[in-house]
Amino acid sequence: MLEAVSERLQSVLKKLRGEGHITERHLDEALGEIRRALLAADVALPVVKDFVARVREKALGQEVLTSLSPGQQITKIVHDELTRLLGGEAQPLRLKGFPAPIMLVGLQGTGKTTSAAKLALFIRQKLGKHVLLVPADTQRPAAREQLEQLGRQMGLPVLSTHGESSPEAIVRNALVEARRKGFEVVVVDTAGRLHVDEELMAELERVAEILQPSELFLVADAMTGQDAVRQAQAFGGRLKLTGVILTKLDGDARGGAALSVASITHVPVRFAGTGEKPGDFELFHPDRMASRILGMGDVLTLVEKA
Amino acid sequence: MQFFERLRGLLTSKGATLPEVGSLNPETLEEALILADAGPDLASELASDLRRALAKGLLSPGQERAFLREKLLAFFPKPAPAPAHRPEVILVVGVNGSGKTTTAAKLAAKVAASGGKPLLAACDTFRAAATEQLQLWAQRLGVEVVAQRAGADPGAVLYDALAAAQARNATHLIADTAGRLHTKDNLMRELAKLHKVAARAVPEAPHQVLLVVDATTGLNGLVQAREFREHAGVTGLVLTKLDGTAKGGVVLAIARELKLPVLWVGVGEQVEDLLLFDPEGFVDALLGEPQRG
Ligand SMILES: Nc1nc2c(ncn2[C@@H]2O[C@H](COP(=O)(O)OP(=O)(O)OP(=O)(O)O)[C@@H](O)[C@H]2O)c(=O)[nH]1
Ligand SMILES: Nc1nc2c(ncn2[C@@H]2O[C@H](COP(=O)(O)OP(=O)(O)OP(=O)(O)O)[C@@H](O)[C@H]2O)c(=O)[nH]1
Ligand SMILES: [Mg+2]
Ligand SMILES: [Mg+2]
Repeated sequence: MLEAVSERLQSVLKKLRGEGHITERHLDEALGEIRRALLAADVALPVVKDFVARVREKALGQEVLTSLSPGQQITKIVHDELTRLLGGEAQPLRLKGFPAPIMLVGLQGTGKTTSAAKLALFIRQKLGKHVLLVPADTQRPAAREQLEQLGRQMGLPVLSTHGESSPEAIVRNALVEARRKGFEVVVVDTAGRLHVDEELMAELERVAEILQPSELFLVADAMTGQDAVRQAQAFGGRLKLTGVILTKLDGDARGGAALSVASITHVPVRFAGTGEKPGDFELFHPDRMASRILGMGDVLTLVEKA
Repeated sequence: MQFFERLRGLLTSKGATLPEVGSLNPETLEEALILADAGPDLASELASDLRRALAKGLLSPGQERAFLREKLLAFFPKPAPAPAHRPEVILVVGVNGSGKTTTAAKLAAKVAASGGKPLLAACDTFRAAATEQLQLWAQRLGVEVVAQRAGADPGAVLYDALAAAQARNATHLIADTAGRLHTKDNLMRELAKLHKVAARAVPEAPHQVLLVVDATTGLNGLVQAREFREHAGVTGLVLTKLDGTAKGGVVLAIARELKLPVLWVGVGEQVEDLLLFDPEGFVDALLGEPQRG
């Protein structure tokens, strides 16, 4: 089904090959297919509408490049615009303060705890910093035990919380402990929560207030559908997010949620979770994601061939 | 009624339900279905059906909703009658983080509340602290759980649990399994193996294989259902996290294409937050029907 969508998109774009320049008629047909492709990839409807309008404007305003056919040109505009919205150039981690606090938030089951451990391992291995993992999920059964086990597996220290029942107390203690023991970074796992849960959302604000995180990541599941917009609005509206971690990209979801979340929160997707193992974590590549969302393999090769 | 009342409250207060009678037209219908995650294809198909019916003069004004209601309800097959076998063996399967462990615990509580004797099996031996999570639930519920150490063979855990269920006269054995993406062949084969282990110990087991689908899932949910049905013999769905803003419309596509019934819905993290699925309530909540019975 998804394959069919991208094939249709490609065939529409290829049909435009022989034409001299982009006309309204080309655009209507191509943008109709692009709309379908984006919706089939789970990009949220309001985001699709904005996106299509913006591509139309760019395409019509653009000088006709003699080197590209209209099909190539539209494809390139779409791909560039997607890449830009997804975050453009990769940004390095911002580690401010001693310790530099990093906090992860998101809905239930998106992959926060796993990503916290993977991110800490990334910081330890790639940046050579001393990291302390902080289990501040006091809600879910065995959540702290989960982070402790992950820490043990990866050889990373985890703050011992001894039945402490408030996330606020845990993170306060984490900052003190980190300073005392010389940890340069603390990575804080929080409980999954629905964005409509007022009490738990207020708790997150309090935790963020104490931590003053230098990075605050929204962890989003690549399989998310239309709801991505509401999650992004709610978390982004209450917290100063600095980026998104997109998990479960090892599956076959098109991952349109990446575009929804990035364009609503105006923060880039920074990391990708690509499996359940410690090393299945990488810097996010907006251009690859753009191709994946469009279901077009390597779009730029396609532009060259078109 | 409970499902309907709750679902209605849950879904209609959140906007993006279908418009009220009068403004229900093919365009608004299409958008509302897309926003509910039913997918662009199903949405445009239903919009065309409505358009055609209106053009042919088959519907008088105000009948749009009833027309759509009937169409949507027809997607949901009737659940098969509950198997009479004791112990009834239930496998809980699905992708990572969808809510399997929590649902397994909630189901055990349902069995206990209706006078049965549930036994839980901790067949997720892979994810960190998955066993501890289920054990904590079991402790809370006062239900027994069969578990082994982390990394043990899930088939061996199930084998032990089946024996224990028979020895202790459990009425239901509910097995929690590790989250897995349907694209991982080796992990999908592991589920086929669990099937075999169950069938060898208890006639016709597993009697139910429940696929747990997160309501925030987009169209990948349909692919998940296809693959899990093929490799794990899924017999029904549980739709979790409906207490959020997501509407779980992907089950429309799943029910229609795969003829899989939705059996339960999860509406929270507490043990009582599991409701029997009521297709009429679900469809009415989606269609934003003004009143019902
Ligand atoms: N395949 C795959 N699984 C992942 C990935 N990231 C996390 N998971 C799995 O997703 C499930 C949920 O991950 P957790 O880290 O427990 O999620 P969480 O957000 O902390 O969950 P809660 O604390 O309950 O809200 C686990 O089974 C993880 O192993 C990923 O990138 N790929
Ligand atoms: N709001 C809400 N949260 C739920 C519901 N069902 C489960 N959860 C939460 O979702 C998260 C994941 O649930 P689990 O039961 O651990 O999911 P799982 O499928 O067993 O996860 P893995 O074993 O890691 O694949 C937990 O934080 C649960 O509390 C629900 O119906 N509503
Ligand atoms: Mg967690
Ligand atoms: Mg589990």
